[in-house]
Amino acid sequence: MKIAVNGDAAEVRDGLNVLELLAERQVKMPDMVSVELNGEILARPDFATTIVRDGDQVEFLYFMGGGA
Amino acid sequence: MLTIPQGIYREMVAAARAEAPLEACGLLAGRENQVESLFPMTNGDASAEHFSLIPEEQFAAAREIRARGQQLLAVWHSHPATPSRPSPEDLRLAVAPDMLHLILSLAGEEPKLRGFRIADGRATPVELEIQAEETDYE
Repeated sequence: MKIAVNGDAAEVRDGLNVLELLAERQVKMPDMVSVELNGEILARPDFATTIVRDGDQVEFLYFMGGGA
Repeated sequence: MLTIPQGIYREMVAAARAEAPLEACGLLAGRENQVESLFPMTNGDASAEHFSLIPEEQFAAAREIRARGQQLLAVWHSHPATPSRPSPEDLRLAVAPDMLHLILSLAGEEPKLRGFRIADGRATPVELEIQAEETDYE
């Protein structure tokens, strides 16, 4: 099925969940990533249980922060 | 090497001074090693010793950067009272790949901006060039 990831078209297998999608994208620390699915931010505990659907728009980005 | 237009550098300094004693932060985008856009971001921690970007603002910036045909090049934050070197927390939390980390210190008489590439908790300095003349940017 076809989805968009960070604005780029992607072909992924049926039944893929968001956590698996992040792993395919070489994300090693999903706890440090925020995901937006079709314009809505997804709670991290839902990454593993949210199945990606055909036509979905997925955005992900890394936490950015630090200290002095 | 990362090249930053003088006008964007001035905006960063102004933001750092305006937010002090809290840390200011933002994103820099452009093409290759040339910064073309500054995205001021809210410090979600509203702290003098910490900063974190707010995901909703990050997603909005990411979309705008794409729309401009640019790439996210760097994240910057200020150190209002400490030098422009990565703190242990900066090193620990630098998890985004291919990202430069710029630190603007207000601790001295003059602002001091330095850049780093951080991987596996280690920082490598990156040369920064502040363009002398005003350059058009978005």
